[in-house]
Amino acid sequence: MSKILVFAEFQNNKLKRSSQELLQFAAKSGHTVLGFALGTQAGTANAELAHHGAQEIHFAKDASFDMYNPELFTTAVSEVITKTGATIVLASAGSTAKDLFPRVAAKLNAGVISDGTEITISGDDVKVKKPLYAGKVFATGTFENSAIKIVLMRANQLLVGPADTSKTAPATEHTFAAPSLKTIIKQIVKGTSEKLDLTEANVIVSGGRGLKEAGNFKLLNDLADVLGATVGASRAVVDAGWVPHSMQVGQTGKTVAPSLYIAVGVSGAIQHLAGMSGSKVIVAINNDPNAPIFQKATYGIVGDAFEILPKLTEEFKKALHH
Amino acid sequence: MKIFVCIKQVPDTETKIKVAADQNGIDTAGIKWVLNPYDEFAVEEAVKFKEKNPTAQVWAITAGPKTRAVESLRTALAMGADEAIVINADEKLDALSTAKALAATIKAEGGAHLIFTGKLAIDANQSSVPQMVAEFLSIPHTSVVSKFENQGESVLVERDAEGGAKEVVQMMNPSLIAANKGLNMPRYASLPGIMKAKKKVIKEVEFSTLGIAATDQKVKYVQFTLPAEKPAVKLLTGDASAQAAELIKLLRDEAKVL
Repeated sequence: MSKILVFAEFQNNKLKRSSQELLQFAAKSGHTVLGFALGTQAGTANAELAHHGAQEIHFAKDASFDMYNPELFTTAVSEVITKTGATIVLASAGSTAKDLFPRVAAKLNAGVISDGTEITISGDDVKVKKPLYAGKVFATGTFENSAIKIVLMRANQLLVGPADTSKTAPATEHTFAAPSLKTIIKQIVKGTSEKLDLTEANVIVSGGRGLKEAGNFKLLNDLADVLGATVGASRAVVDAGWVPHSMQVGQTGKTVAPSLYIAVGVSGAIQHLAGMSGSKVIVAINNDPNAPIFQKATYGIVGDAFEILPKLTEEFKKALHH
Repeated sequence: MKIFVCIKQVPDTETKIKVAADQNGIDTAGIKWVLNPYDEFAVEEAVKFKEKNPTAQVWAITAGPKTRAVESLRTALAMGADEAIVINADEKLDALSTAKALAATIKAEGGAHLIFTGKLAIDANQSSVPQMVAEFLSIPHTSVVSKFENQGESVLVERDAEGGAKEVVQMMNPSLIAANKGLNMPRYASLPGIMKAKKKVIKEVEFSTLGIAATDQKVKYVQFTLPAEKPAVKLLTGDASAQAAELIKLLRDEAKVL
């Protein structure tokens, strides 16, 4: 039996859903599951790791881990992987892990596969299906000559069951000698949105040129608020300066795979389709019946976005909040 | 003072991708290759740095099959890079081996004051090589950078993190900066630039001479498939109110995503 180390992340003192997915998946693999987290919240909320399947809890609660510093995190994570003898490492392919784990992999001379959408672990064999060319093709990544295998999974790809709050696990606190750092995090400017990042969102409402002007994104925001969705955008409107690049979905933006993707006024350029076609259900709203987006859509509405959006917001409000 | 820009040649975003007959890769016939879009921001930032710091020399470097990979170097040269190196290597080289090859070559050239890269290549979408190069050279890195300021001994950069957050990061040089869209507006190559780039002798390095072991190849991709065909779209009819009501019913009862 091997050890799987799950790099877990907290937000507002709650274990992120993406981390719950990984722990619950690892718990079914037959290997020993180590939940590992860094930062103040890892000190106060680590019991939750056991509720989702961790058999051992590893944490470092030093406040220096509350801000992501690549050098600091690389040292700590590599040390814990080596110390615990974990041979499979799982993390969610978010902003932190995607930056951190390639550097950890280099330090440990290990392979890393990012953006997995399916994973199978049988014995020590790890196979990861992932989109390449932003989803124009899929391939299965396999490891060779890699004593440590690191996999970064996209959020919302694995099932999450309820937490079992009766479960506990022994917790080990780790401390590290302060490395001399050449990186200083001066400041973190919070985003205006408290919503989940596009790469983690379970519901996305996306707008394109069909919205005619930047101000009309308000209609999308209203719908997104009702749905608890994150708002995305096409390259055309990002290039036009209506919204920041952090909102761009597509091959040169973010590749997303939510359960529900609602595209409003997005024609569906090949690079946009590539970035969102992994979504489970796609709704397209466009006044052009020939827009390529309809080829990828599950449900389509040919019509005027300005007429349909307020109606949708109203109907969703009724359906979800009564 | 050498400024390195690590770049990659990738299929154009508008290119249709076909699976190779053996399913162990893509069919490269008919593909239009371009400089990775994020690498354009890296080249631009390096050239801008050189314009403000005349002692700086911009070296573009790539690893890949040399006959076509040199094209991306010529694009970088046309944009203003001074020198170019191609590491002649198999196109299926994985991230770790690629990073080792780039780091070894940069070291052999006397090291870098700064290294610029794109935040990711749009083919494998891994965003691994920049961080790995930094680790192999024991230098700090920041990825997803949308703002860069030279401070001499250090650089001050802004990283786009989750949910629209910005991290302001200072790094002691030498350092590596992986560029995001928004960092700058990449210039178009001028005609004299293109002519000069065509004549430039590109330095060639054979991957096999770098002392990188076959066992440093850690990840292999097999079983390439096209995404499953989606069933035809279900178009909703009626007026806006009826369409909205119908959609919610379908999402709840048929698709079960609400």
